Amino acid sequence: MTAQQIIFIVISAATIVSALIVVTNRNLFHAALALMASFLGVAGLYVLLDAGFFAAAQLLIYIGAISILVIFAIMLTRRLMSASEPSFNSQWVMGLVASVLVFGLFLYVIIQAWGGAVAQTFPVLQAPMEAPGIADSIRALGAALVDPNGYVLPFEVASVLLLGALIGAIVVAQPEKKS
Amino acid sequence: MLTEWQFVGIFFLLSPIFPAAPIIAQHLLGPRKPNRIKQETYECGIETVGDSWIQFKVQYYIYALAFVVFDVEAIFLFPIAAAYGQLTLFGIGAAALFIFLLADGLVYAWDRGILEWV
Amino acid sequence: MDPIKLLESTLSLAPFEYLREVWVAAGMNPALAKVITDVIGVVILASFCLLIVLFLIWLERKVLARMQDRIGPNRVGGKFGLLQTLADALKLVSKEAITPAGADKIAFNLAPILMVMTALLMWAVIPFAPGVIGSDLNIGLFYILAVSSASVVCLLLAGWGSNNKYALLGAFRAVAQMVSYEVPMVLSLLVPLILARSMQMGEIIAAQTIPFLILAPISALIFFISALAETGRTPFDLLEAESEIIAGFHIEYGGMKWSMFMLAEFVGTLFMSALFTTVYLGGWRFFGVENVVLGNIQIGNLLAMLVFFLKTFAVFMVFIWIRGTLPRVRIDQLLDFNWKFLVPLTIVLTMMVVILDKVLELNGIAGWNRAIVHLISNVVLAFITLELLRRRGRQIREEMEGSRQAGPDDHHDADGHGHEADHGHGHELAHAAGD
Repeated sequence: MTAQQIIFIVISAATIVSALIVVTNRNLFHAALALMASFLGVAGLYVLLDAGFFAAAQLLIYIGAISILVIFAIMLTRRLMSASEPSFNSQWVMGLVASVLVFGLFLYVIIQAWGGAVAQTFPVLQAPMEAPGIADSIRALGAALVDPNGYVLPFEVASVLLLGALIGAIVVAQPEKKS
Repeated sequence: MLTEWQFVGIFFLLSPIFPAAPIIAQHLLGPRKPNRIKQETYECGIETVGDSWIQFKVQYYIYALAFVVFDVEAIFLFPIAAAYGQLTLFGIGAAALFIFLLADGLVYAWDRGILEWV
Repeated sequence: MDPIKLLESTLSLAPFEYLREVWVAAGMNPALAKVITDVIGVVILASFCLLIVLFLIWLERKVLARMQDRIGPNRVGGKFGLLQTLADALKLVSKEAITPAGADKIAFNLAPILMVMTALLMWAVIPFAPGVIGSDLNIGLFYILAVSSASVVCLLLAGWGSNNKYALLGAFRAVAQMVSYEVPMVLSLLVPLILARSMQMGEIIAAQTIPFLILAPISALIFFISALAETGRTPFDLLEAESEIIAGFHIEYGGMKWSMFMLAEFVGTLFMSALFTTVYLGGWRFFGVENVVLGNIQIGNLLAMLVFFLKTFAVFMVFIWIRGTLPRVRIDQLLDFNWKFLVPLTIVLTMMVVILDKVLELNGIAGWNRAIVHLISNVVLAFITLELLRRRGRQIREEMEGSRQAGPDDHHDADGHGHEADHGHGHELAHAAGD
């Protein structure tokens, strides 16, 4: 085993354990903390996959922003200090169906990729490959985002989506107009 | 490749030691005589009423949400800025449109009075 | 190992390269040698950051005292009180560690450690001198933003873990403030990024033959203001606001855990000064000082490091200066100033630079000509902004005077009261910017 594989196994194990804590812990705040740890583990996996930009993006968005939002949402709606919440609510059947479907999808992709194409799908299992010009991969990403032959349309759609999210949030959260 | 991140990884693993060491030192060196009064929640001299859960202002949530939106925008803009030298005028236009759409959201929020502190 | 060669390589700030060379020649695995030098580097960097705080606190107290016509620390450690902070630290170590009843032990103890961790980790990509950098990541600047955004979580941990109303209230305020000011900070950093065409710290410095402060003064100012808010320094120190919410999110902390928050604040402030130096002042660059050779020792790197620290401390002094002169703002002013002034201004500025720099590039304008065009565009934008603020301020003033003449009876309801507050604020904003 190379050092990289050992690191991969440790990080994945930490990620999975914290993900398990998220669903089993009765204390919502601790569950949110475990969720952050799990996000951090995913960021570590990105680093191992040589995708430093995505690791930083994961940190910035999921730990720096989404987690805050999650904790705010918890504090907005629940009495936290009583600390123990039931693990199930009325939607557990739907949740089960959704997670089984997602798991099946992942399993399908993994099995597809297993035969022959392991190297492309799991660089971690291979000896470290020399990527051509790291600094340029980010430039390539940036240029492709606004390239008419690249992803300019999804890019602008993403902008509209963000605008929609902001407006939606404003409409939902708007305090009663006093006039 | 990964060697670039090696330093950061080692730093991450070692960095908890630096704040933890003085805290542990204090636990070892300092006196330990806990009592009920000492451990009470600090609140201008009288006993605390109720638990510490307080009514949360929706306002905070809105700011956090706006922040998420702008943060995601930044993630798109950073690689584009790094690739600025290779961009065509079309690319510049696309990036400017992207920023403009986001600015729109801010204008809308302002107009609806969401940014007012109530 | 040759001690003289080691000394020489240390003077040219490249001892690790030399050590690795020697070890590998002695048959050590090169990867292991890299790991060992990295560990040494981390220990040096982190201990430097922590120990310099002892000096920074003394410096701030002394300078602040002089500004307020006091003497400041003058007992411990000679005439200038040089050892005052050390004495304080020793006192703090000998205090009892109190954990309030009902506190969430995990969150309560984790918060100070994570806080210092995030403050330290950011230093990994700061270039102190040519080649003297923890790791010159290709996403350098982005990495800094990512790590600094994680510190917000620590505030929530501390506030929630303390089981105290004031702590939670302080944490909410702190999070709202830091989260809000991260937006102009991120957007204003886009400007030097565009000018340098890279996120890598080494390349950003290499691109600054003319410091970006000249090319992008407004961006630098916005970055500086948001840095003040991000590190929670006056006039944006509402995180602590000892006269309103006693000490904010760390009210229940004492002894060393409390000092960790202070430590993180000072390390963070110094870091922001270093980042400002790197991104806007050209880092270690100073008329080619890095090329100086003395005898056969490449002494230039050492001089470059000196230049870097001189610039960094100059910026840090401005932080202290601001603390000595400005009073604290209110939370509504703070958030309004961000969302209604800084963010729109930054968006306009970014749009302007995005278009302008491309036009200049296509017309082959570079060097000083490019710098002057950028400077002029910044001045024009600043002028327009100030003019708009002045007009709005006057309009609000006239409205207020008009409503006063109409008599107070018209506005007795809550709505009228809200308007009044709004007017007052707009006036203040215009006033602050106009001055």
